[in-house]
Amino acid sequence: MTRSATRQASFPVRHPASPGRRRSGKAGAARRRRTVPWIFAGPAAALFLIFFAYPLAASFVQSLQTTDGGVPQWAGTGQYARLLEDPSFLQSLVNVALILAVQVPVMIGLAVVLAYVLNQSWLRFRTTLRAAYFLPAVTTLVAYAVVFRVLLKTEGGAVNQVLGMEVDWLNDPLWARVALIASITWRWTGYNAIILLAGLQAIGREQYEAAAIDGAGPLTTFRRVILPQLRPVVLFCSVTSTIGTLQLFDEPLVLTGGGPGDATLTPILYLYQVGFRQFDFGYAAAIAWVVVALIGGLSYLQFRYFGKERS
Amino acid sequence: MRRTLVWLVATVGAVISVVPFYWMVVASTHDSGELFASPPPFLPGAELLANIANLEKTIHFSRVMITSVWTAIVYTALSALVSAMCGYGLAKYRFRGRGLLLGVVLATMMIPFQVLLVPLFQMMASVGWVDTYQAIIVPFLANSFGIFLMRQAFIDFPDELLESGRLDGAGDLRIFYRIVLPCVRPQLGALVIFTFMGQWNAFIWPLLMLNSEERFTVPVALNHLIGLSRVDYSGLMLGAFLATLPLALIFLLFQRQFVSGLLGGAVKG
Repeated sequence: MTRSATRQASFPVRHPASPGRRRSGKAGAARRRRTVPWIFAGPAAALFLIFFAYPLAASFVQSLQTTDGGVPQWAGTGQYARLLEDPSFLQSLVNVALILAVQVPVMIGLAVVLAYVLNQSWLRFRTTLRAAYFLPAVTTLVAYAVVFRVLLKTEGGAVNQVLGMEVDWLNDPLWARVALIASITWRWTGYNAIILLAGLQAIGREQYEAAAIDGAGPLTTFRRVILPQLRPVVLFCSVTSTIGTLQLFDEPLVLTGGGPGDATLTPILYLYQVGFRQFDFGYAAAIAWVVVALIGGLSYLQFRYFGKERS
Repeated sequence: MRRTLVWLVATVGAVISVVPFYWMVVASTHDSGELFASPPPFLPGAELLANIANLEKTIHFSRVMITSVWTAIVYTALSALVSAMCGYGLAKYRFRGRGLLLGVVLATMMIPFQVLLVPLFQMMASVGWVDTYQAIIVPFLANSFGIFLMRQAFIDFPDELLESGRLDGAGDLRIFYRIVLPCVRPQLGALVIFTFMGQWNAFIWPLLMLNSEERFTVPVALNHLIGLSRVDYSGLMLGAFLATLPLALIFLLFQRQFVSGLLGGAVKG
């Protein structure tokens, strides 16, 4: 309010360096106030309209249609009903549920401990260790998946040679899931640890000192002082990891192609196959909207139950 | 005693973190056959140049790298500009539609972009953009995350400085480029790194858009290489190494901005 008032007041002021500035009285000033913000926001707004709002609406409409014979026809909730009876889709949901239940908590737990350890001033070679843990996070997604695919090769693969076994990592349903989970954990643990480390560093020294004066050991300090304050950052990590898991595509495509069978199929990989191998657009759109709903729902639940301090 | 144990465990973990990376580098200097020999190679070999030549012959990898670099640079420059401008507009002006635009920005952060894939693909097909560079640059230029990041950066910018710029007769755009933008250089750096990384890693959309080999970006090319009937594993590892090199270099050179780019406002301070 005060800001716009001073702006108006500044209008009559003319600087000698800009004699040619066009002014057309009060109406012009008002028009200028309306248009100037759009010079800044306009490009993004236009891009959002064309490449976000329109395709978003189109995708929703598509999910309610079938395109049998090339002509879109109204299908109501038919595509969604189809999904409920599609074993491949249900399997893809089971697969991400497994990753959400096992990989995400393990990774976040590891990352919290790791961040805590990397934040200790007595830790020797702290900087080097931090860099080492962070290294996986700078490897290109497809590149690291390719590397793991070669490392996990059944015959002569480096992992099998080190273990002295012949595990059929990528062609056995159980081991393929283990391989996928291990790869994702390798890539993202350090990333989350760095975020958590930044959160730890925001906690003041005096809090540690107060805990020490009260006679709290390192474990008690961690549980009673550090963890509660780190809660928002842990929540952030867990929400982004959940979203990332539901969007998983690069790793399963490169590592296993979703196989064997549908053992490592993910919803987005299935969307890709349905939409761009079988060109069943309506069905692909329905998959996408289920993923949207799951992401919204799970994010909401996490904020609801872990977002607030419980008394 | 306990500290030694913790340090030991931390070091073992660090080794596990580094080994696949190290192996990728080592593997790109050996002949394909040696990679699966027993024991596997632990030290760099002498085949790096031969592998480079092979990779160049199979998929013209230098062209792939150049494509990835320039498309990522163009995308980053345009996207950072669009984001910074929009973030500035949202932070420093009150106008009709502002609330709606802010809502859209937040919504795009929540909604996975994969939901757009099918209609975007059809849009690209209808304007004949399939298998063109603009198809992988233009559609995702408005980056809600970047806009949000920049809006946060501009909100704290003192209005008095804008006023004094106006009193000096500078136009709004001029104030933005000359006064405001130089002041948020750190955040802009983080945004640029974050955006570049995103585009460098981008896979599913380029995979859908780029059909001809001469337009492949690095991730698409790597995916193509594993699909070949005779996989050249050394070449693959070399490709993976080269794919990672730019990001690793950026990390080494701009560690601070790199990390704050990743954090993306998750943590303040």
